Amino acid sequence: MITAITSMAGLALIFGLILSYAAFRFKVEGNPVVEKLDELLPQSQCGKCGYPGCRPYAEAIINANALINLCSPGGENTVHSIADLLNRDFVPLDQSTVVDNRKTWAVIDEQKCIGCTLCIQACPVDAIVGSAKQMHTVITAECTGCEKCLPPCPVACITMVKETPSLALWHWPLPCGAISQKAA
Amino acid sequence: MLWTFHGGLHLDDHKALSANKAQIPMLLPDVLILPLQQHIGLPATPFIQVGDNVLKGQMIAHCGSRFTPHPRSAPIHAPTSGTVLAIEDHPVLHPSGLSAPCVVIQTDGQEQWRERQPIDDFLHAERAVLHRAVMKAGIVGLGGAGFPSHLKLEPNSIDTLIINGAECEPYITCDDHLMQHNSDEVVQGACIFARIIGGVKRCIIAIEDNKPQALAAIQQSVAQLQCKTPIVVIAIPTLYPTGGERQLIKVLTGKEVPLGKIPAHLNIIMHNVATSAAVYRAVAKDEPMIARLVTVTGKAVKNAGNVSVLLGTPIDSLLRHCGCDRQNAPVMIGGPMMGMQATTAMPVIKTTNCILAYDSTEMPAQQQARACIRCGRCADVCPVQLLPQQLYWYTKTKDFNQLEQHNLNACIECGCCAYVCPSHIPLVQYYRHAKSGVRQRAVDKKNAEIAKRRNEFKLFRLEREKAERQARHEAKKARTLNKTEKPEDNSDKQALIQAAIARAKAKKAAQQAQQNQDNTAL
Repeated sequence: MITAITSMAGLALIFGLILSYAAFRFKVEGNPVVEKLDELLPQSQCGKCGYPGCRPYAEAIINANALINLCSPGGENTVHSIADLLNRDFVPLDQSTVVDNRKTWAVIDEQKCIGCTLCIQACPVDAIVGSAKQMHTVITAECTGCEKCLPPCPVACITMVKETPSLALWHWPLPCGAISQKAA
Repeated sequence: MLWTFHGGLHLDDHKALSANKAQIPMLLPDVLILPLQQHIGLPATPFIQVGDNVLKGQMIAHCGSRFTPHPRSAPIHAPTSGTVLAIEDHPVLHPSGLSAPCVVIQTDGQEQWRERQPIDDFLHAERAVLHRAVMKAGIVGLGGAGFPSHLKLEPNSIDTLIINGAECEPYITCDDHLMQHNSDEVVQGACIFARIIGGVKRCIIAIEDNKPQALAAIQQSVAQLQCKTPIVVIAIPTLYPTGGERQLIKVLTGKEVPLGKIPAHLNIIMHNVATSAAVYRAVAKDEPMIARLVTVTGKAVKNAGNVSVLLGTPIDSLLRHCGCDRQNAPVMIGGPMMGMQATTAMPVIKTTNCILAYDSTEMPAQQQARACIRCGRCADVCPVQLLPQQLYWYTKTKDFNQLEQHNLNACIECGCCAYVCPSHIPLVQYYRHAKSGVRQRAVDKKNAEIAKRRNEFKLFRLEREKAERQARHEAKKARTLNKTEKPEDNSDKQALIQAAIARAKAKKAAQQAQQNQDNTAL
C-alpha cells in the first residue's frame, strides 16, 4: 500500500517537474492564432474595418470577438479563409464596408502639392516620397490603396485611381447557370 | 509498343465535314487586324507608324530593342504589303472579349515581298543561324498553346523529339490537311528541329489512326527525304485527348511528366506538325509566321474545309469567303471541347486552328445545371487522374488550400468531365475560375507580405527615430548639466583644500608634539 502511494506520488512529482520545465522552456509568446490571422489579412492597413490596422483587427477578432466579415479589401476570399482558420461559419461581407474590389492607388497632383509632408506621415507603408517644401509623389507599386493619405492633405491634391480592366487582369467568372449552394 | 493514359473519351469526331477536301483558295481581305500579343510571354511593341508602307513579311513589332529581340516574346510581321491604318485597341480572341492593342493594315493587293534570304543548305547550317531564323520568324506553338517555339529549341540534353500530329479534337482537320498535302515540309521541319537541338537520338511523328491518308503521306516523305536523325512514324489509337502533350508522351513512352515539370525534364521535347512546317518555311524560304491553315467548319458553313489564312483576317470576312453569312452570331474558336466563344469581328491569330460556325442541332444551348449526384463519372474519364468532383465542391466553397492540394493546376481543361456529367455542370469553367482565384490569391499574398514588411519597417523607423531623438535630448541635457555641475568641482577643490589644511594641521600637531617632547627632554 505504502509502496503504491509513494511510487505514484514519485511518478506524479517527476511528470510534474517535466511539465513545469516544458511550460517554462516552450512558453509561447503572444497568441499564435493572432499571427496566423494577421497573415490572412491583406495588410493594406487601411482601417476600413474600424480598427487601426490589420494586426489590431486580428487581435480584436481573437480577443474582443469582433466580426470576421469587416475586411472589405480582402473580399469574400479573406472571410472564407478566416472562417476556415477559426472554424466559424462563413458570413457574407459586411455591406457597409464593401468597396469596389479592384486595385486602387493614390496619385498626387504634383502641380498642386505644397510639400507639407502630412501624407508621408499618414502612409502606413512609406509609399510616398518627398521632403518638406518639396513635391511629393506616390510609388504606385507599393501603394496599397488604403486612402489614409486623403484626409490629412490640406490642398486636396491626392486622388484615388482604379486599375482599368485588361486582358492580364481578367478572371474567368463562375458559370452563370451555377446553382446556389443551398440548392446543391 | 504503346501505352495508354487514364480515362479519355471516344468522341463523334465530325471531321468528315472538312476533311479530304481541296484547299479553299486564300482570301486577301481589305483590312488586316494584327494583335500585338498572339503568344504566351511579353507583348510586342510596334516600331512602325501610322501611314507607313509595309511589305509582305516585314517585321512590324517585337519586344526589346530594334536589333535584339527579347527572347521571351515573338515578333509580328506584316502578312501582306499595304499601309498601316492605325495602331489602336480592338477586340481580340480572348474569352473576356476585351480589347487589346492591334496594328491595322490596309492591304494594297500587290503582295509585294520584302527581300528574302533563305538558308538553302539548312541541314548543314550553323545551329545558331537556324535558331535565330526561327526566333526572327515569330513562330509559336501552333497546336493552340502559342508558346514561342525558339524557347523550346535551346540546346540541352533532349534525346527524343516528338512531332504531334494527333489532332484529337472533333471537327478540326487543319493538321490532317497539312500532313496530306505538305508532308515534306513537316518532315524537313522535324530535321531542322533535330539540327537545332543537337543530340536528338530519335524523332517520332505521332498520328492518330483515324487519319490513314496523312499517315501514308508522312511515311512516304520520311522514306524519300534523308535526315540524319532516325524518324519513326507511329499510328496511335484515336482517343480524346491524346493530342495533349503529357498524354501523348505517356502513350508513346510510358513515362509521365511530373507535376510542375516540363517534358524537357524527361529529355523529351514536343512540337506540333504545323509548327514543324512553319519552321521549315521560315528557314528554307525565309517566310515568317504570316499565314496559317485554318479549318472553317460547322453545319452553318456551306463550303467547309481548310483554308490558308493571313493572320489578322477578320473572322466574318473569312466566314463569308467560305459561304457562311453569320453577322454577329457567336462562333466557336477551336474545337467544341476546348474552344471558346468569339464574335465574328475578331481577327485570326497565330493559334487559331479552327472556326466552328455551328447550328442549333450541333451544339444545343447549355442546359440548366442540376445538382451533382456524385456519380463519379468525371473521375473515370479524367486523363490527369484528378478528382473533378472534389475540385468542384472546393471551388464552390472557395477552399483554395484544398484546391491546391488536389492539384487543380494539373488540370488540362480538356472538358472530358463536363462532357460526361449527367447533371450538365460546366465543370471546366469552375476550374478556370478556381485557377484564376488561386493565381490571384498568390499575388495578393505576395503583395500583403510586402505591405506588411513595409508597415513593420515604418513602425520600426518611427520607433528608431523616437529613440534617436531621445538619445539626442539626453546628450544635450547631459551637456547642459555638465556646465551647471561646476560647483561640484569646486567642492572637490574645497575637499582638497580641507585635506591640505588637515595635513598642515596634522604636521603642525606633529611638530608641536615633537617640541613638547623636546621640552620635556630638556
